[in-house]
Order: sequence, then structure tokens, then C-alpha cells
Amino acid sequence: MAKKYEAGVKDYRETYWQPDYVPLDSDILACFKITPQPGVDREEAAAAVAAESSTGTWTTVWTDLLTDMDYYRGRAYHIEDVPGDDTCFYTFIAYPIDLFEENSVVNVFTSLVGNVFGFKAIRALRLEDVRFSLAYIKTCNGPPHGIQVERDKLNKYGRPMLGCTIKPKLGLSAKNYGRAVYECLRGGLDFTKDDENVNSQPFMRWRDRFLFVQDAIETAQAETGERKGHYLNVTAPSPEEMYERAEFAKELGTPIIMHDFLTGGFCANTGLARWCQKNGVLLHIHRAMHAVLDRNPHHGIHFRVLTKALRLSGGDHLHSGTVVGKLEGDRAATLGWVDLMRESFVPEDRSRGIFFDQDWGSMPGVMPVASGGIHVWHMPALVAIFGDDSVLQFGGGTLGHPWGNAAGAAANRVALEACVEARNRGVDVEREGKAVLTEAAKHSPELKVAMETWKEIKFEFDTVDKLDQVNR
Amino acid sequence: MAEIQDYKSTPKFETFSYLPEMTPDQTRAHIAYIIQQGWNPAIEHVEVDRAFNYFWYMWKLPMFGEQSVDRVLAELEACHREYPSHHVRLIGYDNFTQSQGLAFVVFRGR
Repeated sequence: MAKKYEAGVKDYRETYWQPDYVPLDSDILACFKITPQPGVDREEAAAAVAAESSTGTWTTVWTDLLTDMDYYRGRAYHIEDVPGDDTCFYTFIAYPIDLFEENSVVNVFTSLVGNVFGFKAIRALRLEDVRFSLAYIKTCNGPPHGIQVERDKLNKYGRPMLGCTIKPKLGLSAKNYGRAVYECLRGGLDFTKDDENVNSQPFMRWRDRFLFVQDAIETAQAETGERKGHYLNVTAPSPEEMYERAEFAKELGTPIIMHDFLTGGFCANTGLARWCQKNGVLLHIHRAMHAVLDRNPHHGIHFRVLTKALRLSGGDHLHSGTVVGKLEGDRAATLGWVDLMRESFVPEDRSRGIFFDQDWGSMPGVMPVASGGIHVWHMPALVAIFGDDSVLQFGGGTLGHPWGNAAGAAANRVALEACVEARNRGVDVEREGKAVLTEAAKHSPELKVAMETWKEIKFEFDTVDKLDQVNR
Repeated sequence: MAEIQDYKSTPKFETFSYLPEMTPDQTRAHIAYIIQQGWNPAIEHVEVDRAFNYFWYMWKLPMFGEQSVDRVLAELEACHREYPSHHVRLIGYDNFTQSQGLAFVVFRGR
């Protein structure tokens, strides 16, 4: 029966709280951690978030009655305690798939983390996880190539790949920069990387950098007989300039380019990922700004959600944290989002912070990149944690070698291969790491010196954003 | 700290080429690893100066379903005897990822 129009303000719960709702397979599901203002009850706060992130506004409007609101509204369908924290609670919200434009990470996030995050009745709000339905995923382009295609193109099998960010990150001339790249690649790295801050500054314009770096790649390939790459950063002030840089990189025949998906934006990233697929160029993704969004346990967007956003928007590599280096990230949670990058199905597992089953269907995987404050002594743990499908990036750990970049690169490559070789023979490399490296160093003076240089450095601060169940 | 040394590069051939040539025991362990992962062993070889190419010569066909380390080792040795100057590499084909789980040179060409 048709409804009558009644103007005025209604409690959100009357429309948007529906505890008996059974989510459809096609729904997009979200888990929010809500910290309500004092005096706001849980069901009303949950319903308010569902309303403000979907069809609702603060008052009833007559035009609501011109559409099928029962179909289009988001529904809060479940509430749960946050272990060890009484100030907040989890709420689960289901959104019908037709609320969102196909293949648009932009559109999904405009709703899910839009106005609702400034909503007054909520003191803090965090998007903990999102279940993208397979029906939605099939509309998205995803990674331009994926892990297997990258391995085939670069001819790297059975081991993690090795990279290094060129430092100092700002101020080098293009030719000196190319020199640093060449030294790293000839010493045994698979990749070098533009620092994310390097775009096209007065000290080194992008075209000059691209030319010298490509020369370094080709020279190192000819010398070593191995395939090499450098992530040429095409992040730019505008999409037009981004594509101009990408086109030039392609003309040079470079295998991989790079983009910063958060500062550059989802729109630019999705477009660039499609361009990369069309043009056969791999795409490395940096994540500057992520810690602004994901580090506060009560407010923002969890990194596992940003990971899913990137896999849908498109990228072949994504920085994941190292667990062992200088940057934030605990082990179980990191392994959770690493699975979300690489696997085709990831089951719900609260011990790793995963709130929903996630089926990626046939969407290619993203290679996790562990970078930041790591050196040869971390290699056994990194191989054990990340396995083969990863890129391990040693910046200071390559360039800071007392004999220079090539020796630093060789030290890392020997350490990596020694750990993988031992692992394949059944050695517990994490426990036996020291013996494995010491043995390998007998044949590698570069590794021996690296082990002497970095012996004592550790980054053992407590993680700020722990998984909630260990937060008691 | 040891005095600075010059870095001398030599031609390499991807995974494990920065380690000393494997001992027979290490090679056996890696054949066993490939079998244990459920991968299909395969052998390829090539002249040293063509090693950069993606495609090397196949030695016969991949050894689908092979479970014997000895038989894989015997084929590696047979390939090496026939082409003593070539690189001979062992591959583990992973048919689920449609890629190679492992590939490394067992006999290094001269």
C-alpha cells in the first residue's frame, strides 16, 4: 500500500536499523567502528551512519515517496562490542549494489566515507572493513597485469624481488640520479624506485630523469643479463601531465611506472591503471597520506580498506609495511591485508582483522612491497613473513653500504637468495637466519661488510594501532 | 671495517645466480621441493650468449606428475652431457597460477 507523506524529523532507527535483515550476495557490506557522542544510543548512532552514508538526510522529504526507498536505503543490521574498549562499538551496514556506479572506487568512497565522517552525533568514526560483492568486483578493471604477468615479463621466479628507493630523495641532478640507479641495478637489484616526493622539481625535471634512468636500466641489463626496472613516478599536478609522462615512459620502453594513489586520487589512479593495461606498462603504487587516514584506531579508514580500494582501482604493486622496519604495522594485521592484495579468496578472520569473507573472483593480485628501514639482518624474517610474491625494498640498506650501491645491492641479493635457498631445503629461516647469512657471507665480502655495518639497528617501538582483540 | 673494494660484475641468470653453484645435495633438495609443492618439473637449456631470451630450448617435455627426484636429476644430467657448454635450468611449472613456481640454473654454461 502506498505511504502517506508526513513532514518532520524521524528517528533514524525507524528507517535505517533493521536487525533481521539478511544481506544479499550482491550487497556491499561495511563494518564501521562508531564512537557516539554521550547520550546517543547505539542503535540510533548505527542507523544514523547507515542513513548518512546512503539515502538519508536529516529530515523527511516528499520526494522520498517517488522512489523505492526500501530498496535503495542502506541498513544497519548488526551491532557488536569492540573487545576491550567501551567507548565504541562495531556496526555492520549493508548497501544495495545499485547505490554505486559500476567500476567506481571514487563513487563508493564518496558515499561510505563522505559527509557521514563529519556527522555531529558521532564523536569518531572508522571504516574497518568493506565486503565488495563479486557482482561489483566484476565491474572493476583492477590491477593492470597482476603478479603472474609481472613475473613472466620480468623473468623472476621462485623468490621475492628486490628494490631500492634512490636517496637523497630530493636534490640530485638527473644524471647523478641515473648513476645511483645504474649502480643498484648492476649490483643485483631487480628494481629501483623514484621516491614519492620526486615528481618534476627544478633540480630534476621529469624528462631528464626518465632519459638517464632508462639508460641506466638498459646498461645494467646488458651487463648482468637480467631484466631490470625503475618505477618512474608519473604522479603529476594534473591528469594531462600524468598521461604525458606515462606516454613518454612507454616510448622509452621502460617496464614499470609509478603513481601515488591517495595524493593523486582514485580518479587519476583508475584512469592510469587502465592506461597501463592498454599499453603494457606495469604500475607501482605508493601510498603517501595513508597514515593520516589509517593510524588512529578510532577515526578514519583502516588500511585493509585502502588496500581493497587500490586493488579495485588498479595497481600491480602496493606498499604494505614491513612488520620489522621503521614504519607502523603489526604482523597479523599486515598478513591480513597482504592476503587481501594477493589471494583470490580471503575468509573472515578476526585474529587478522578481517571482518568479511572477500571473494575477488578472477581479479589479478597485487604484489605487496615491504619498504622502509630494513637491511640484510631483516632478510630471513622478511622472506618468512612475505613469501615469494613480494618486493623487498632496501633504501638505506642498499645505498648506505660502505662500498657503495652496487656492493649494497649484491649483499642484499646474496642474502635474499641464501634465505630462499635454505627455506626450500626445509630450514626454518627465521630461527636459523643468523647461521644462513653467516654461511652466505663466506662467499660474499659485500654481505659480510653489510652484516657488520647494520648489526645493531632495530626499530622496536610498540604499534599504535593494534588489532582490537589484542588491545585489551 | 674492511677497506673499500671495487665491485666486479659478471653475467647472471636470475634466481640463485648470486650463490655458488649448488652442491648435488642442494640440487636434490630443490627437485624435492618442486615435487612437494605439486609443481611439474621441466628442463630447459641455452647457449650462454642467448641466455637473456625468454625462451630457451626445451629438453624433451615437462615431466608432468613426476615424483622421483632421481629421474629428474638423471634428465638434468643427460641434458648437461648433451649440451655441456649450455646453461641448463630446472623449472617448476605451477598450473594453478599458470606460471613458474621456481626456475634456476643447475648447470652453468661456459
